[in-house]
Amino acid sequence: MKAQHDVEQFLYRQSELLDTKQWQEWIDLFTPDGIYWMPPDSSYKTWEGQPAIFAEDKNLMTVRKLRVLHPDAWSQRPLWGTNHVVSNVSIKKIHKNGDVEATSRFHMMELRRDDVRHFAGRYFHKLKRTKKGYAIQLQRVDMTNAQAAYDYVLQVWV
Amino acid sequence: MLREPISDLSRMVEPDRVRKEVYTDSAIFEEEMARIHETVWIYVGHESQVPKAGDYYTAQVGRQPMILVRAANGKVNVLYNRCPHRGNMICGDTKGNTGDFFRCSYHAWTFHHDGKLKTIPMKDAYAGTRYGKDNPDCSIKKAARVENYRGFVFASLAKDGPTLKEFLGKSIVAFDDMCDRAPEGEVEVVPNCFRVIQHSNWKLFLENQLDALHPSVVHQSTGRAAHEVEKILARKAKGGAAPLSYHMLSAFATVTIDKWDDFQTINYPYGHCVLTGYMGLRPQDPDTLAYDKIMLKAYGKKRFEEIIGVNIHHVLVYPGLSVQSPLQQLRAVRPLGVDRTLTEIWHFRLKGAPEAIYRRSLAYYNLVNSPATLINADDLENFWKCHQGLASDGGDWVSLGRHLGRDIEKPGEIASGPKMGTSEAPMRNQMKAWAKYMQA
Repeated sequence: MKAQHDVEQFLYRQSELLDTKQWQEWIDLFTPDGIYWMPPDSSYKTWEGQPAIFAEDKNLMTVRKLRVLHPDAWSQRPLWGTNHVVSNVSIKKIHKNGDVEATSRFHMMELRRDDVRHFAGRYFHKLKRTKKGYAIQLQRVDMTNAQAAYDYVLQVWV
Repeated sequence: MLREPISDLSRMVEPDRVRKEVYTDSAIFEEEMARIHETVWIYVGHESQVPKAGDYYTAQVGRQPMILVRAANGKVNVLYNRCPHRGNMICGDTKGNTGDFFRCSYHAWTFHHDGKLKTIPMKDAYAGTRYGKDNPDCSIKKAARVENYRGFVFASLAKDGPTLKEFLGKSIVAFDDMCDRAPEGEVEVVPNCFRVIQHSNWKLFLENQLDALHPSVVHQSTGRAAHEVEKILARKAKGGAAPLSYHMLSAFATVTIDKWDDFQTINYPYGHCVLTGYMGLRPQDPDTLAYDKIMLKAYGKKRFEEIIGVNIHHVLVYPGLSVQSPLQQLRAVRPLGVDRTLTEIWHFRLKGAPEAIYRRSLAYYNLVNSPATLINADDLENFWKCHQGLASDGGDWVSLGRHLGRDIEKPGEIASGPKMGTSEAPMRNQMKAWAKYMQA
């Protein structure tokens, strides 16, 4: 029960960091070798050597963060914001050392100028137990609409 | 909409400027779909998208929904996605395998992979009528002309016109450069298509592709961000170099505006254009050297040097294709409406090349061409803003005058002048071709 509660709290915190645009704090949730991965199809088994909507280590996350914050990131200038809701958290595995594998479902509403878009899907998390709490080794994001044509694009992590 | 109808649409194009309605008027859009996209050679897909008999992929040619399908005899056909009976679409999914034949989901008429009628259920009900196998109107209509160049399948919906090779002219280098870089002389598609919709006219996309001035203005934010991280990684790396993918991004900032003028655009008939370019660097890392060795063995020294020496950043095949041959990727432009355009983005694998070479261009595909692109996002923003501005009454013309009068004209080609790589020659050339198609 404790792991269930801790994982839920961790996922809520991640959503809050994304929705409040605290990019560095969000990147800090990852282990040094942590990966953020969004495959274009749910059948994919690994992020390596395959097309990916996102497949980022912390260095690439830093590129994305610096870019989004740059005053000339034109597409980022208009008003935009997101709202995540995470639910259906299910612990799949608890390792002896406290590491956890968990799945959950998310729904993100995004506002850009006057347009609203919805993204929904499934998270898979490999979480490492550290002294400071969990850290993300792998975050897999399977969008329900991964194969649909993207009306405009995604600019930050979901 | 136009206030007064103009009988000859070609008059909307002048050598250095274009009427804004060319981008925003829906009647002109319908006209250009009929005269250009549904007449000239349009890229449908690569034959490796449909490797097995019955495999199909749907694609839009102009406003027409088409099916790319592999027949049992190996031939790749392009058919209209329409049942000749009551007009139902034959394939409702974007891709799949139809088995030994197509079967319409409405009244179960069946068709061979070349579109020919196979069976009509309850055929006695048609006894004495004109409906049956002898009537060609009872088969699925085929594209008027289909040609395959080194695996790239094109269709023309017009019976007459130049052959594919005549149409492509020197822009054929897009496919030669891509295939020649494979030790086996062929490419195969990586089975994933990124699809992105932009809210603007299709021409804005094509004009942007070879606009050598825009990268330093539009993509500065990503270029600088990547350069920052690249410097840190280079300091940490033992060999002193960050992965090449960082260079691909940082070049957008480190190649300054004046350096872009060192490149050249070479413009050809039908609106095609080549940008010679900054990716023409030859790294000397172990992965490249291993690849060079395989290429040398496959082609011999002379031919190898020729292939690797081709200096191209980008090829535009007007009006529907943007090809980055050294990185083995292409974007097919599918106009959905006067202010809505879909791009289908594909990556190809060089047959016989090491995995590391594939992964290098894959990094570019993911970072630049995925729906989470660090580059195209800011282009899409500009396309939308352009379209909004053009739809307003704030002005009547789009200006294309940069380095006007300084292009170098030779028979069959117009090149940008020396140190004038940012010339608007490619846009002038595209609009010249457009005007010719649209001439009354």
